[in-house]
Amino acid sequence: MIMFIQRAIIQGIPLLFGATGEILTEKSGNLNLGIPGIMYTGAIGGVIGAFLYENSVGPENINPALAIIIPLVCSILMSLMMGLIYCFLTVTLRANQNVTGLALTTFGVGVGNFFGGSLIKLSGADVPSINLTATANYFKAKLPFASSLGVVGELIFSYSFLAYLAIIIALIAAFVLKKTRVGLHLRAVGENPATADAAGISVTKYKYFATCIGSIIAGLGGLFYIMDYAYGVWSNNGFGDRGWLAVALVIFSMWKPDISIIGSFIFGALLIVQNYIPNLSMSAQELIKMLPYVVTIVVLVVVSTRNKKENQPPASLGLAYFREDR
Amino acid sequence: MPTPAIELKNITKAFGSKVVANKNVCLTVNYGEILAILGENGSGKTTLLNMISGIYYPDSGEILVNGTPVSIKSPKDAFEYKIGMIHQHFKLVDVFTATENIILGLKDTDGYDIKKAAQRIKEISEQYGFDIDPNKKIYEMSVSEKQTVEIIKVLYRGADILMLDEPTAVLTPQETRKLFAILKRMKEDGKAVVIITHKLHEVLEISDKVAVLRKGEYIGTVITDETSESELTEMMVGQKVVLNIDRTDPVNPEPRLIVAHLNCMNIEGLKVLDNVTFTANSGEILGIAGIAGSGQRELLETIAGLQPMVTGGVQYIVPETGEIEFLRDKTPMQIRELGIRLSFVPEDRLGMGLVATMGTTDNMLLRSYKKGRGLFLSKKEPKELAEKIIEELQVVTPNINTPVRRLSGGNVQKVLVGREIAAAPKVLMAAYPVRGLDINSSYTIYNLLNRQKEQGVAVIFVGEDLDVLLGLCDRILVIGSGTVTGIVDARTASKEEIGLLMTKEVRRNEQ
Amino acid sequence: MNNKTHKEPLFHISRKDTPVWWKRFGIRIIAVILALIVSGIITLLLTKLNPIDVYLTMIDGAVGTTRRIWALIQKTAMLLIIAVAITPAFRMRFWNIGAEGQVLIGGFATAVVMLKLGGKVPTPVLFIMMIVAAILAGAVWGFIPAFFKAKSNTNETLFTLMMNYVAIQLIGYFVLEWSVPKGSGQIGIINQKTQEGWIPSIGHNAYLINVIIVAVITILVAIYLNKTKHGYEISVVGESQNTARYIGIDVKKVIIRTMILSGAICGIAGFLLVSGQDHTITKDTAGGNGFTAIMVSWLAKFDPLWMVLTAFIICFLQKGAGEIATMFNLNLSFADIITGIIIFFIVGCEFFINYKIVFRKSEKEVAA
Repeated sequence: MIMFIQRAIIQGIPLLFGATGEILTEKSGNLNLGIPGIMYTGAIGGVIGAFLYENSVGPENINPALAIIIPLVCSILMSLMMGLIYCFLTVTLRANQNVTGLALTTFGVGVGNFFGGSLIKLSGADVPSINLTATANYFKAKLPFASSLGVVGELIFSYSFLAYLAIIIALIAAFVLKKTRVGLHLRAVGENPATADAAGISVTKYKYFATCIGSIIAGLGGLFYIMDYAYGVWSNNGFGDRGWLAVALVIFSMWKPDISIIGSFIFGALLIVQNYIPNLSMSAQELIKMLPYVVTIVVLVVVSTRNKKENQPPASLGLAYFREDR
Repeated sequence: MPTPAIELKNITKAFGSKVVANKNVCLTVNYGEILAILGENGSGKTTLLNMISGIYYPDSGEILVNGTPVSIKSPKDAFEYKIGMIHQHFKLVDVFTATENIILGLKDTDGYDIKKAAQRIKEISEQYGFDIDPNKKIYEMSVSEKQTVEIIKVLYRGADILMLDEPTAVLTPQETRKLFAILKRMKEDGKAVVIITHKLHEVLEISDKVAVLRKGEYIGTVITDETSESELTEMMVGQKVVLNIDRTDPVNPEPRLIVAHLNCMNIEGLKVLDNVTFTANSGEILGIAGIAGSGQRELLETIAGLQPMVTGGVQYIVPETGEIEFLRDKTPMQIRELGIRLSFVPEDRLGMGLVATMGTTDNMLLRSYKKGRGLFLSKKEPKELAEKIIEELQVVTPNINTPVRRLSGGNVQKVLVGREIAAAPKVLMAAYPVRGLDINSSYTIYNLLNRQKEQGVAVIFVGEDLDVLLGLCDRILVIGSGTVTGIVDARTASKEEIGLLMTKEVRRNEQ
Repeated sequence: MNNKTHKEPLFHISRKDTPVWWKRFGIRIIAVILALIVSGIITLLLTKLNPIDVYLTMIDGAVGTTRRIWALIQKTAMLLIIAVAITPAFRMRFWNIGAEGQVLIGGFATAVVMLKLGGKVPTPVLFIMMIVAAILAGAVWGFIPAFFKAKSNTNETLFTLMMNYVAIQLIGYFVLEWSVPKGSGQIGIINQKTQEGWIPSIGHNAYLINVIIVAVITILVAIYLNKTKHGYEISVVGESQNTARYIGIDVKKVIIRTMILSGAICGIAGFLLVSGQDHTITKDTAGGNGFTAIMVSWLAKFDPLWMVLTAFIICFLQKGAGEIATMFNLNLSFADIITGIIIFFIVGCEFFINYKIVFRKSEKEVAA
C-alpha cells in the first residue's frame, strides 16, 4: 500500500508540473496546447545538459552541485525558448492559438525524440546508449532520515527534491493567483483583457510572463520524469501522453493549482492502479487508463452545465487581444 | 466665489475630414457644482467628455485643470489630474468581486490587502450613501449595482472631478433617485460633477448649470434655476430647417398593422415597452421619434418576432383579403413571409442583418437562401438582385463579391435597405437608415421610402434627426422611456412640440 | 502639478484590409522560403552537410521512385481527407481538435466489422456494413461534444481533445482483448489470407481507390460548403451567431448537424486507413494526422481545394525529412522539427497579411 501511494505520487508529479504551468498560462488567456511538446523539450534539455557534462568529465568525477544545476538550467532554457516562440506568435503576431500550440507540440516532441535518438551520434561520444544514472542519482537523492521514520517517513519524506518543488510551486501559484495583486491582474487579463487594459495593466507583459513561467514549470515536469521516474534513461516517446494528461488535469482541477496537487495524485494512482489489482487483465488496464480522461470530460460537462462562473475556463481563453478590436 | 475645476477653451475635434464632433466648445465646471450637458443624439456630448478623460485628444483648443493648461493623453493622465469618468459601458471583470474590480490596476504602497481595501470601500460608501457589498461578485449584480462599482472605482482613486455619461439610461426611477441623492452629497463634499443626459426633468432636478450642445456646436450655458423646459428644448433642437423632400399625401390609407397594449421586458427584467398602442397605415410613412434607447429597437424587434411580447399583441391586416393575422404566435420567418420587413441599422452598421465578410450577393442570400427546394443554393436571383441594387442605388463597390465590410458606411446601408425593399414588403420598418450618411446618400434613401409609400406600403421610419422626421413622415409617433408620449401630424407639428414629448417623463407603475 | 514626459511608442499596429491575392500569396511564399532557410541552417549545424545536398536528398526521398511517389500520394490523401473532414466545423468556428479520436473510432468500427463478419456475409454487404459502421462511430464521436456545446456552451476544444484519448484507450482495450495470437498485444493483419474487407488493388496499385474516394469527398465537401444551404448556414454561424439568430437560423441545430458530418467524414478516413492501408487497427492508426490536419485546414484558410496543396506540402516535407534522417543515420523525428518550423513561419506571416505597422512621426509632446 505504501509502495502504491509512493508510486502514485511519483507518477503524479510530472502531471502536477505540467498542470501548474498550464494553469498559469491559461489564466492569462493563452490556451497553450504546446504543453506536451514543452514537457518533452524540458526533459531533453536536462538530458542534453547532463549527457554533455557526464561525458566531458566522466561519470566518476561528477560534482553533485553541477550535476543538478547544469541539467536544470538547460531544461529551463529549452522550455523558456518554447514559451517565447508561443508568445511571440500568439501574443505579438496574434496567430491562432490552437494551431500554434499544436505545431509547438509537434516540434517539441520532435526535438525530444530527435536529440534523444541522435545525441550520441551528434556528439560523437563513445557510449552505446544514453544512460545518465550517475546524474539521476543526484536528482533522486532523498532526505537522509526518510527511511528511519517508518511509515510516515516513507510516505512523506522519501521523494527527490523536484517532487517537493512541484508541490511548493503549485502552492505558490495558488497563493499568487488568489492572494496577490499580480494574481489579480493576471486573472483580469485572462478574463477580460479590454478591462485590464483600461485599468492600465499591460496585457502583453502579463501574457508573456505567465506563459513563459508556465512553460518553464511544465518543462520541469519533463525533467522530473526523465531524471527521477526513468532513472536517467531516455527512450523515445517514453513520456507518452502525459502532456495531454496534464492538460486534462487543468480542467479536472478547475484551474486551481492547489486542487491540482490532489488531482495529480489521483491521476497518478489511476495510471498505476492496474499493477496493484490482482488478476487484472492487460486489456482492463487500458480501460483504467481511460478513466482520467472520462473523469475530466465529466468535470467539464458538469462545470459548464452548472454554469457557476468561478469554475469556468478564463473567459477570454484562446482569443488574441487587440486593443483596436473593441 | 466658485473655484473652476475644468475650463475648456475652443475645443474642436473632428473624425475624418467630414464629421466634426465638437466645434469651439467653451465650458467651465466648478467645484461644488453639478453641470448637466444636454443635447440630442450625436450632438457630441460623449466625445467632449472623452477628451477630458483622455480617450480622445482634441484637434485644437485648450483644457485647463485647476487653472493650469494640461495635456491629457490617456485615462491614466486623467486620473493624475483627479478626473474620473463613468462610461455607459461598464468595464468590469464578471467573476471578480466589487473590491477586486475597484482596486484593479492600482499599485500597492504597503502590501496587497484586500480587507483593507474593502474597509476603504465601506468608508466611501458610508460617506456618500452607496449601498454595496464589497464582496459581491459582479455577475450577481444588477445594472445599478455595477454602476455603483464604477463610481466607487473612480472615488477610490481619489477623483475630485466626476463625469457620468448618461448614468440614468439604465436605471429605474427609484435607482435614479438614489443616484441623484449621492451626486448631491458629492457636490456638498466639494466635488465637481458633470452629467450627460437628455431627460429634461432630470436636468432641472439635479443640475446647477446646463450646457447645451447641438450638432457638435456649443450653444450656451444657462443657470438651471433661471431657465425653463421650453427654453432648454429650443436650445437643444434649434430652428426648423426646411428639407427638400417631396412629400405626397397618403392615398387611401387603411390600417395595416395594429399594435395594441404592447409590453416588453429586457434581459435584466426591466420594462422596455410599456403599453404601446398605435396603428400603421398603408400608403403612409409613420415616423418614430425619441431619444436613443427609449424602446425603438425593442418595438421593431417585437413586431418582427425577434423579441417575445409579455402582454398585448400585434395584428396584421392582409391587404387583399382584409383577414387579420395575429403575429404573437408566429416565428420571425413566418412574419417575414407575410411581408413585414425590418431593416435595422445598428450603431456599428454591421453585425445585424449583414455578414461583414460576405459579398453583396451572399448578403442578399441571407433573407432568401431557404427559398426553393433541394439542398443547393440558388445564386442566380440574389446575383441579379445584387446587380439591380448596385445599379439603382448607386452602390460603390469593386464587384458584387467584395466583402461588404470593405464598403463605405453609406454603401453598406444601401445594400441593407435595398434588400428589404426588394422583397416587395407590405410593411417596411427602417430604423436609422440614414445613420452616418452624407446628404446625397440620405436623399437616395428618402426617395426609396417615398416610392414605397406611393406603392401602398406601410412604412415605419425610425429616425434621429427631427427635421428629417418632420419633412418626410406623415405622422410622427413620439416614444419616451418605452411609452408613447404622443402622436402628431408631421405637416403641422413643430420641433419644440416633439422635443418636449421626447423628454416628457410619464409616471409609470414602478416595479 | 506634475511634470511628466509622455513617450509615445515608436510604432503602433492596426488592422488592414485583406490585401490582393498575389500579395497574400507572396507573403506566404516568403515565409516558406525563410522557413526553409532556417531549417537548412539547423540541418547544417546538426549534420555539417551542404544544405543543397540535403534538400536534394529530401526531394529524392519524397518523389525519387514510383513507389515513393505513391506512398506520398497515399499519405497526402489520408491527411487531406481528415483536414477536409474538420473543415465544416472550423468554418463554424467550432474548434474540433478531436479528429484523431474520430478517425480512430471510425477505423475501429471498420475493424470490428471486418473481424466479426469477414467471410460470413457477401463481400459487397461487408463493405457497406464497414462503411456504415465507420460513419456512425465517427458521427457519434463528433455528436457528443457538439451536443454539450449547443446545450451548455461546454468548451469544445478541451472536450474534443479529451475524446481523442478516450478513443485511444478504448482501442487499446479491444486490441488486447482480441489480440492474435492471444497475448501478443496486437490484432495483426485482419483476414490476411482471405483479404476479406480489404479495398482491392487496381492493377498493381493498392492505393488508387483510396485516392479516388478522398478526391470525391474533397470535391463534395467543397460543394457542400460553397454551394448548399447548409454550407451557407455554417458560414453565417461562423461569422456571427447574432446575425444567424437574427435571420432565424437555428444555431444549435447547425452546430450539431455540422459536427455529426465532420465526425462522419473522419469515420470514413478511419475506414480508409484500416480497410485500404493498414488492414489492422492499433492506437497509432491515425498517427497524429488528426492534429496535423488542423494545421493543413487552417493553412488553406478552410478551403478544401487549397488543402490539396497544403496537405501535399506537409507530407512532402515529412517524407523528405524522413529520408534525410535515414540517409544521415539520424532520428526520424527530424521531420517533425522541420514541420514545426515551417508552420511557425506560416502561422506568423499571417500577421503581415492582417495587420500593418504604422510608424509614428517623431513628434514629442511634453505635458505641463
